[in-house]
Amino acid sequence: MSTHTVPASVGTPEQQITLPFSKAWEISMKSIKIRLGRSLITASGIMLGIAFFSSVRTVVLFPITQTGAAAEAARSRHSFLAIMALLVCFVGIMNSMLMSVTERFREIGTMKCLGALDQFIVTLFIIEAGIMGLLGSMIGWFFGWLIMVIPHLFGGGARDLTSAFFGGSAVQAVQSVLIGLFITLIACIPTARSAAKMPPAAALRSEI
Amino acid sequence: MAANEYVVRTKGLVKEFRMGEESVRALNGVDLDIKRGEYLSIMGPSGSGKSTLFNAIGGLDKPDSGSVFINDVDMAQLDARELAYLRCHTIGYIFQTFNLLPSMTALENVTLPTVFAGLTTDDGIERGIEVLNLVGLGHRLHHRPTQLSGGQQQRVAIARALANNPSIVLADEPTGNLDLKTGEEIIALLRELNKKQGVTIISATHDYKMVDVSDRVVWIRDGKIAKIEERADIELAVGAIKDESAH
Ligand SMILES: Nc1ncnc2c1ncn2[C@@H]1O[C@H](COP(=O)(O)OP(=O)(O)O)[C@@H](O)[C@H]1O
Ligand SMILES: [Mg+2]
Repeated sequence: MSTHTVPASVGTPEQQITLPFSKAWEISMKSIKIRLGRSLITASGIMLGIAFFSSVRTVVLFPITQTGAAAEAARSRHSFLAIMALLVCFVGIMNSMLMSVTERFREIGTMKCLGALDQFIVTLFIIEAGIMGLLGSMIGWFFGWLIMVIPHLFGGGARDLTSAFFGGSAVQAVQSVLIGLFITLIACIPTARSAAKMPPAAALRSEI
Repeated sequence: MAANEYVVRTKGLVKEFRMGEESVRALNGVDLDIKRGEYLSIMGPSGSGKSTLFNAIGGLDKPDSGSVFINDVDMAQLDARELAYLRCHTIGYIFQTFNLLPSMTALENVTLPTVFAGLTTDDGIERGIEVLNLVGLGHRLHHRPTQLSGGQQQRVAIARALANNPSIVLADEPTGNLDLKTGEEIIALLRELNKKQGVTIISATHDYKMVDVSDRVVWIRDGKIAKIEERADIELAVGAIKDESAH
């Protein structure tokens, strides 16, 4: 086979290059867009969790009508609810992220066959999860907040919508988005990392 | 040339799978030297160890013992980056289930390995179009896998395997999900690429249609090489094999 070029890997093995972040961004965006339906389901898992959390938190911003021991009880009930909401949120997001990584084991195996480095695959998943976590949490916060605000729009309720309330809401919005994003990323990164580390043959074998 | 005559060599490959108490020796001491530029078929019944051998040669799974040399480089000595380079540049993979990325068009699928090889977007697209033309799919650049027939998907997969000009194309049951006629077309295409591009083709299969085009056939049974037939033997035996497969 005289026409055949001798591959460069004879003698000293060459190393695979690290791709720029922009390439990972490009591929992730494409993937989110194409599987928009699937991405929306994953994002809505995040959204519902954060909406629950946000609604519980918003209630606290309204003036408490009870006094003394009753007010104390209401406050601790709200703390309890907020913690529960966070747990539900955590489990929900964990579940969505686990699903969204495991259903793509084959893709991970295929990319590794084509020369992808493990870190590149993890980066893809971090970008996708980050975007879904960010959008899901923002929308989730807004819905949770809105549901609590709507009843106050009628009758005399509007007087509860003070500038202090809106100030408090803004702080909570930022908190909710950060918490949502944080949970999404800690749910995604270990799963994506272990998937990327699998031998390609194992990743390709998965039948989901 | 002598040192370079063999593109792949395996020595004493053993791979065992444990499932609870039981263990299966999928490979039980495989020594195989594959010549540069040949079309080699690995034949054997289902469960004989073909895919396990495919994975070991392709660096997709590590054998328990024994070694695989690609162009005289011991694969076990490669670190993660070197292994990724090898998968990217030296070997092209073709699977029974095509394994195209569903979110990408034919052209994007074929371009992906060139991205990993560091080609610019323009160069990658140019190369992608070139290889898609080569497999006869120049008119389906922007179709997604779901919009293509099985045979067309396998052509995209072949184009993708060729994108970075590998010296080896490894195929695992490439005709396994295709009907008879489409399977024949894919086999003819692989043979043509082997002849024209000089790429070594190693194909695991239990499709007897593959025997006709092979330079050598390695018969494998229970994780061991049962026999190796050269082209000359094959031509004599083809008739007999066809009779056998008809039953
Ligand atoms: N991941 C695995 N876990 C357990 N057993 C396996 C695994 N892969 C293959 N085997 C077993 O190893 C043997 C060879 O399998 P394989 O290489 O897939 O055969 P072929 O491709 O020739 O059909 C079979 O007995 C199979 O059940
Ligand atoms: Mg098999």
